[in-house]
Amino acid sequence: MRIKTLFGLTTALAIGISASAAFAENIKIAFIDPLSGPFAAVGASGLAQYEFAIDQLVNQQGGVLGGKNLEIVSFDNKMSGKESLIQLQVAIDQGIRFIAQGNSSGIAHAISDAINKHNKRNPDNRVLFMNYSAVDPALTNDKCTFWHFRFDANADIKMDVMTDVMAANAALERVYIIGQDYSFGKAVAAAAVRDLEAKRPDVEIVGNELHPLGKVKDFTPYARKIIASGADAVITGNFGADMVGLGRAIIGAGFEGPIYTYYGAATGITRTFGEAGKDTIRLVQEGGVNPPASDRAADYITAFKAKYPEQDIAQARITNVVEMLAKAIDAAGTADDVVKVALALEGMEHDSLWGGKIFMRPQDHQAIQDVHITVHTDEGIQFPLDNSPFGLLTESTVEMAGMDSATTCQMQRP
Amino acid sequence: MNDTFQNTAAKRPLVSLRDAAPWLVATGFLLVMPFIFTANSTITIMNQMAITIIFALAYNMLLGQGGMLSFGHAVYMGVGGFMCMHILNMVEDYSLPLPLPLLPIFGGLFGMGLATIVGAFSTRKAGTVFAMISLGVGELIAACSIIIVAFFGGEEGIPGDRTYGLPFFGNEFLHPIDVYYLIVFWLILSALLMYLFSRTPVGRMANAVRDNPERAEFLGYSARKVRFISFTASGFFAGVAGGLFAINYEILTEENLSLILSGQILLITFLGGVGFFFGPIIGAIVFTLLQTVLSLETELWQLYVGALFVATVMYFPGGLAGVLMMHYPSVKLGKVKSLVVPYLKTLVPAIIGLLGTAGFIEIMFHGRHAAVGDEQMTLFWISLNSHSALPIVVTLVLAVGGIWVARRFAPEMAEAWHRSITPNAPPPPAQPPSTRDAA
Amino acid sequence: MDLFLVNLIDGLVYGLLLFMLSAGLTLIFSMMGVLNFAHASFYMLGAYFAYQISTYLGFWTGLLIAPLIVGVAGAGIERYGLRRVHQFGHVPELIFTFGLALLIEEVVQFFWGKSQKAYDTPEILQFALFSIGNNSIAAYKVFMIFVSIAIFLALLYVLTRTRVGMIIQAALSYPKTVEALGHNVPMVFMGVFGVGTALAGVAGVIAGPVLGTFPGMAFVLGSIVFVTIVIGGLGSLWGALLASLLIGWMTTFAAASSFQFADILLFLGMERPADMAASKLRDLWTLTMPQIGPILPYMLMVFILVVRPHGLMGKRGL
Repeated sequence: MRIKTLFGLTTALAIGISASAAFAENIKIAFIDPLSGPFAAVGASGLAQYEFAIDQLVNQQGGVLGGKNLEIVSFDNKMSGKESLIQLQVAIDQGIRFIAQGNSSGIAHAISDAINKHNKRNPDNRVLFMNYSAVDPALTNDKCTFWHFRFDANADIKMDVMTDVMAANAALERVYIIGQDYSFGKAVAAAAVRDLEAKRPDVEIVGNELHPLGKVKDFTPYARKIIASGADAVITGNFGADMVGLGRAIIGAGFEGPIYTYYGAATGITRTFGEAGKDTIRLVQEGGVNPPASDRAADYITAFKAKYPEQDIAQARITNVVEMLAKAIDAAGTADDVVKVALALEGMEHDSLWGGKIFMRPQDHQAIQDVHITVHTDEGIQFPLDNSPFGLLTESTVEMAGMDSATTCQMQRP
Repeated sequence: MNDTFQNTAAKRPLVSLRDAAPWLVATGFLLVMPFIFTANSTITIMNQMAITIIFALAYNMLLGQGGMLSFGHAVYMGVGGFMCMHILNMVEDYSLPLPLPLLPIFGGLFGMGLATIVGAFSTRKAGTVFAMISLGVGELIAACSIIIVAFFGGEEGIPGDRTYGLPFFGNEFLHPIDVYYLIVFWLILSALLMYLFSRTPVGRMANAVRDNPERAEFLGYSARKVRFISFTASGFFAGVAGGLFAINYEILTEENLSLILSGQILLITFLGGVGFFFGPIIGAIVFTLLQTVLSLETELWQLYVGALFVATVMYFPGGLAGVLMMHYPSVKLGKVKSLVVPYLKTLVPAIIGLLGTAGFIEIMFHGRHAAVGDEQMTLFWISLNSHSALPIVVTLVLAVGGIWVARRFAPEMAEAWHRSITPNAPPPPAQPPSTRDAA
Repeated sequence: MDLFLVNLIDGLVYGLLLFMLSAGLTLIFSMMGVLNFAHASFYMLGAYFAYQISTYLGFWTGLLIAPLIVGVAGAGIERYGLRRVHQFGHVPELIFTFGLALLIEEVVQFFWGKSQKAYDTPEILQFALFSIGNNSIAAYKVFMIFVSIAIFLALLYVLTRTRVGMIIQAALSYPKTVEALGHNVPMVFMGVFGVGTALAGVAGVIAGPVLGTFPGMAFVLGSIVFVTIVIGGLGSLWGALLASLLIGWMTTFAAASSFQFADILLFLGMERPADMAASKLRDLWTLTMPQIGPILPYMLMVFILVVRPHGLMGKRGL
């Protein structure tokens, strides 16, 4: 063991870490999501939306606590649970009290678990988890904690909305469910079966299938099965390359019915579907932008596109995270005592930039909000995605979706 | 601590001070580290380093000492870790009297168990057959980790809580610092055991089998048996690393079994140098720093790591340890001082050139990807405008100029190095392959 | 029956695509002893180059030019990278290609970004040629079949009927002797590496629009190509073809099947547990064939390596 080398390297390490801890005036939010590797596109998009939202909605409006600015600090977790935990520790050491993460429910579970342990073991510097995107229902049910707040509608609520819309379609006879073989894919499938049986017992589920996550090169055989089953509609929770591959294969094989998705748009997906996906791909989401809810929303998007021409407002809820957190910090009168901030967030009602209200349900920390079904099209699109002619047009809306949905959460409060 | 220079002593005491010194120094060093770097995050990163070091040393028992190239070694660490996690949860559920520090033993045993099963058919041949079987088995187990949710926990993995076990001399392992000392204990113990393994007859035979299996067979050793023993031993220490991972992170996910991790450990080991016992240690330290610290500074860190790796394979096949050990004779001959000036002449411009290149890449990247109007960027603590010509020109000049100067002085450096390792003055004309274009 | 026919065609398309990748790789492997880990990265480069060219000059120009660029790049990497590492032995060579694969992925992300590219099939082929049952077979798939078969025939012709082919064949088995006969073996190596990577480039050009053009495309396909040539046997073009088709059909039919492992368990006389969540075997009860389809080739490879290390058609061991 070369002592000098070891020493030199660790010195470098110390410099690297402490360099960014030098100034501590702003109230910081740690953004822990992939900024390198295969999922970096989604992470980079989220980061841009956070930067813009913080600047426009908080700092330019006078900041919080009488003039302090918010600041987002990015940490690359490389879509790895282990790296997320290391970066979480680095963030906590830099005195950051608010952690934002969203991509991958698996990592959200790891972070939520780690934060729960950390807060128990270190009551002096507790942190809060702003989950802006991970939708595994367990996070606000069995695995819920006081420190975790979810701003997106969870997978069950989204499925509830999706099946409401499907149930209203009298012509629907056969549905095919396909997803990636992991917790989220299974949760989507289970929710779809449950909701469809409850709402439309006459609809036949002609296929319920899982395929390996990120390992399928060619989705054609799956598409063939879907066609052969005579399905009228497809439900999938696929994301990323699996979403594109599956969607293109199904359309390419001659399918014409709707494909209901959770993640079938933005970061290249909309542009890749292009003409082929028109009127076929549907997406369940909060915060639709076509048509925009208000002039203020339209101006916000226009300003965002002017600053980040390569990015889109693909995760509209990020503005809610930022605005609600700022409100909670002001209401609590402190950004250091996160218990006070959390209590202020609980039960908060907020007028979303994207129309409608957001209600942070106190019993499980699940944000209740309007959820829309949108369709991939190029007609009537004011704000397209991916710099293509195509975008998502709101078809139907369920207000305050899942307001009285059940939760198994038994929250332990400090 | 390295093979070449200790074989020469034919007869000497079992443990000499010279043998023990590096270990004592390393131990003292590891014990003092937390007093220098007190932040939790640095300790977490040092924990990660220590775990990677054990894993990399275990991997090098195959690659460096046994000549077996494995593409799926993460599964032994992962399976050991998963078993430890289950045991940890059982300790919590049934209040078993198992102190936490003993947990990694179970990881080791299960890692070894799996290695015994796989090794039974994979170690028949070395070379490509072994490599491809390891790839196949690695992929199979990694795929199982998502399918068999009952054991592997699917995508969320298996979480646990290390603090629910018995307090160990009053310590509940609440904080990273407690875990640090636990890991350091296992690091020193495993490293020492692995080092001693390489000194045993089996360890020596592993080298012989690596270099020439026919000859080893001819001497009456079963090459297969030797490979098998190395393989299971390596599985044991990989499992220990897995157990430590379970304790440190309190969660194991499918990522712990993935081919990506298997590939990473190959990179780490090779980067550090497979030819020396301490090579993987350097590799693990450098790689962890690059991964956790460089990635805080730049999104392009993987590009730099990839480039560093390719450059290492092309110019320093002995890895970083090989570069260090190239200078061992110079130290021995007391000629290190003669190297300082030629090295500075080449390396300073080379570093300037490389930093210039990196700066150029960063400016290009920022210029293309940053938000409109957001033209300021910080590069090496200097704030500049990525859309103006001046910084681009400056970095380009630095890059081209630095590398040009370095190349000019490179032959001089190589010559100086050669003189420094030669006992008597006359410099031989031939140059070693590994330093030819060293800049 | 209809579905069976459709799957047969889809499997053929996928298998032939694999063949285009594995043909080049098996030539490189058997001649130089290098498992080229970066082979799939050249496939990715082919797709990205073709995408870039197609945005200016259309798909067909891309099909012609992109493989050439990839081949030249491959030859250059052999000449200035691999040849240098060659002197250190096989393991460093392999590790070099491993690092190269990482580097190429990063470089692609640097230039083209991280999200999927809208690289599409040419308009002239965007129609359904015919349909079986309700399933339509796109004209582009038939085009893929023809391109792959044409490449196979051309390769076969070059290798068995031309002088260059004879030298390559000889160099496959007796590189030393060929060198002694005065042939420039390094030159042959460079040529073979260039042609092999160019073939991977062609595969990328024609598969990019169908399987997607994104930075992870090489990683997804990377290891399966090795599996193919190991199963097929070293240096055997026919073996590569056979193994490619085998894997193509195997994964297609596995994905298409609706076989459930619960059937086996029931057949063994086990009872379906009433409360699935409490059962230790719950994952086995819910397991289906499509879930394990993509890992079948790996099982086959391990099996073949254990019982027949020189592969299906290989002449010598690994």
